[in-house]
Amino acid sequence: MAERALRLTGLSKSFAGVRALDGVTFEVDAGEVHALVGGNGSGKSTLVKVLAGYHAPDPGAQLELGGRTVSLPLPPGSSSRLGLSFVHQDLGLIPSLSILENMRVGRYRPGRAGRISWRRERQAVEAALRHFGLDLPVDAHVGMLSPLHRALVAIARAFADAELHGGGVVVLDEPTAYLPTDGVDRLFDAIGVLRQNGTAAVIVTHRLEEVFRVADRTTVLREGRAVGTAPTAELDEGKLIELILGRKLEEYYPAGASAIGDTVLSVRHLDGGSVHDLSFDVHRGEILGLAGLVGMGHTEVPYQIFGAVPARGGTIEVQGHQPVPAGSLTPREANRLGLGLLPADRLGGSGVGGVSLRENVSLPVVARFFQGGRIRRRAEGRYVQGLLREHDVRPPFPESPLAMLSGGNQQKALLAKWLQMRLPVMLLDEPAQGVDIGARKEIFQRLREAAQAGACMVMASSEFDDLAGVCDRVLVFRHGRIVDELAGAGLTEDRLTAACYSSRSAA
Amino acid sequence: MSTVRAGEPATLEAGEGTAVPPPAPAARRAWLFDAGERYGLLVAWAAVIVLFSILAPGTFPTRANFDTIFGTQAVLLVLTVGLIVPLSVGEYDLSIGGVMGLSTIFVAYLQVQQHWPVVVAVLVALAAGLAIGAVNAFFVVGVGLSSFVTTLGMGTLLTGVGYGLTNSTTIGGISSGFVQVITYQVLGLPTAFFIGLLLTIVAWYVLQHTPLGRHLVFVGEGQEVARLTGLPVAKIRAGSLIACSVLAAGAGVLQAGVVGAADPGGGASYLLPAFAAAFLGATSIRPGRFNAWGAFVAVYFLVTGISGLELMGISGWVQDVFYGGSLVIAVAFARVAARRRNAAA
Repeated sequence: MAERALRLTGLSKSFAGVRALDGVTFEVDAGEVHALVGGNGSGKSTLVKVLAGYHAPDPGAQLELGGRTVSLPLPPGSSSRLGLSFVHQDLGLIPSLSILENMRVGRYRPGRAGRISWRRERQAVEAALRHFGLDLPVDAHVGMLSPLHRALVAIARAFADAELHGGGVVVLDEPTAYLPTDGVDRLFDAIGVLRQNGTAAVIVTHRLEEVFRVADRTTVLREGRAVGTAPTAELDEGKLIELILGRKLEEYYPAGASAIGDTVLSVRHLDGGSVHDLSFDVHRGEILGLAGLVGMGHTEVPYQIFGAVPARGGTIEVQGHQPVPAGSLTPREANRLGLGLLPADRLGGSGVGGVSLRENVSLPVVARFFQGGRIRRRAEGRYVQGLLREHDVRPPFPESPLAMLSGGNQQKALLAKWLQMRLPVMLLDEPAQGVDIGARKEIFQRLREAAQAGACMVMASSEFDDLAGVCDRVLVFRHGRIVDELAGAGLTEDRLTAACYSSRSAA
Repeated sequence: MSTVRAGEPATLEAGEGTAVPPPAPAARRAWLFDAGERYGLLVAWAAVIVLFSILAPGTFPTRANFDTIFGTQAVLLVLTVGLIVPLSVGEYDLSIGGVMGLSTIFVAYLQVQQHWPVVVAVLVALAAGLAIGAVNAFFVVGVGLSSFVTTLGMGTLLTGVGYGLTNSTTIGGISSGFVQVITYQVLGLPTAFFIGLLLTIVAWYVLQHTPLGRHLVFVGEGQEVARLTGLPVAKIRAGSLIACSVLAAGAGVLQAGVVGAADPGGGASYLLPAFAAAFLGATSIRPGRFNAWGAFVAVYFLVTGISGLELMGISGWVQDVFYGGSLVIAVAFARVAARRRNAAA
């Protein structure tokens, strides 16, 4: 019988009458990798936040760590002393500090006269990094590292903390959300290192294939209840989806293409960032994918076409308008030309977390509600509520702050913000990133419907299964240039993966 | 803020959501907290009035004191109302004290020493405010400097110019006709108060009831979101600095009328009170946002408190202590309230 690293029982948490967690029991054995999965609003993040000391649970919850009872709520910042460390989605690293400083801040071991021995600190950090196969200069600024290296540094730090307390538990919250496909393998190797050392890992994820690759056991949350814990080997994808949704998921990707019409958007010789001399056309009713491994430039394209980041050269032409130089395009002009952009950074570029759904969603059309000298808030609220219901945003309360919703529901609401305008061209960057399986389906459905209604979509992503499932045509990027184009029967996940990794046309 | 509000249907479609009908006590508590936060400052103001009326029954609840509170402090009200505009979009304007002081000096200098008609002097003062705001906007929006540092420098510069123009002395003798207009009593209150009230209403209307006000909020809370939604962010930021500066100049004109003289150090002493009132105002009426009625209540709460303390015989130093302390407490309170709101999310 394995030793129990963490045991949480009777965990409930309500927010103003809404039950986010309801009598959840969650147990993690020492040295196991335990996946925690569930749809939007299932309570995953709330559970993690209780463990991090960010939320106080309702009375009655009990927590044991390494066999010792720990009283709840945990004071914020105390979890690492208890052998519980976290790798949050944003990693919690400070970009302007070095690896050494990030790894050791708050953990310095002062020597005589309170002086920090930098030599000793440096050795400790180098050793910790080597553990995960990382050979990085410890003085390098974290901001200069690749996303993968940043994630690995955060994991090395969490592991060092857990190890200091004899095993412990490392909680990884969506650790692969910002990683390229090839980075995920390295991350899983790192998790393997944790396991070998008797440290338990809890991995919170939306990506089911990862669950099957890495987890020993899986716990599924649905609507705030733990609906099952099972050895992963006893599950298959269908069963897991059924547990997550509470029903069978019939068609994941929307069926049926739209009628492809004339050219709506023409990009010519676009140059900027890591993109070189890029030309392509998008047609009415088409969903065009921009694919590539991370860093290949495809995710920069939507921002450049929208004028959100400056391009060096090239022109953008939208049907019915004169071509405009991309170098001087601003988002405001792009918007006038009929372009919309859904950025990947939900709460940094897409919507404001502290502001209500009503104000966030109606922002581009708020002038419509300005009648008789004032904004008709009631009409605005009713309109937004209708839109939220139509886009299956839960809960559809226009007055809730955006940040109150789960990631997937935020994304559905922000997509509604743009789709309501019925623009001829929508540019999207990773529209399904960090979004659960039910919301993904919903989002793709909306994109297809908008395309069928005559819009064209340009969607950058590093998720090959989504691109293959949703797009009519995909352009494959390598070092900022198009190296391949897949469409129709030739557009499958396997071929897309092969095209992205293939070096035959590498620049 | 809670998901469930009074009058809002609390249940979701069965089966999918995580909502259950809220237990009444929790909802009532949330509502009470909400109301307490919204109107707490108003209640505190009333409490201060009652307290000093009991402590200083002979001097506090009197006509003269009432006139002082509502009459003289219209200047601070106009300054504060102007200040909440750039604060709403996330920009500081620390030059308002300097702008206000210089504007008062312009009125006095041009009218008293250069014998210009007072109307022209007033227009020049307001135009100077516009020009200074445009210069601030050029450096902050055009060049991309921090508004904090730019306006800090600008304010000090303007105060210096004021000392230069006046030879560091007070210029008195502003046209008595002008003074009479500004202090003319309507319904027992001077014109200056009604000008302040009118500007408060205008600011409330623009911030709360127009698309422009909505845009200001988004530029302040998420500049990148505003930019990527296609809002004219640069124009909004520049416009807010210019509007603030014009209003500060307006406060200076009022000051000239209320006092009848220009003191070269007069503007600088209004800077901190305006910030204290703006931040204190952001904790009430529309908590979490800089808002006009919050600023209005905050100005009169602060002024009432100070006048009460002075009538109790504690004078001189008490202003600085009270304003400084209020600023820190207001910011701390706003922070705690915001944290509470976020924790509910």
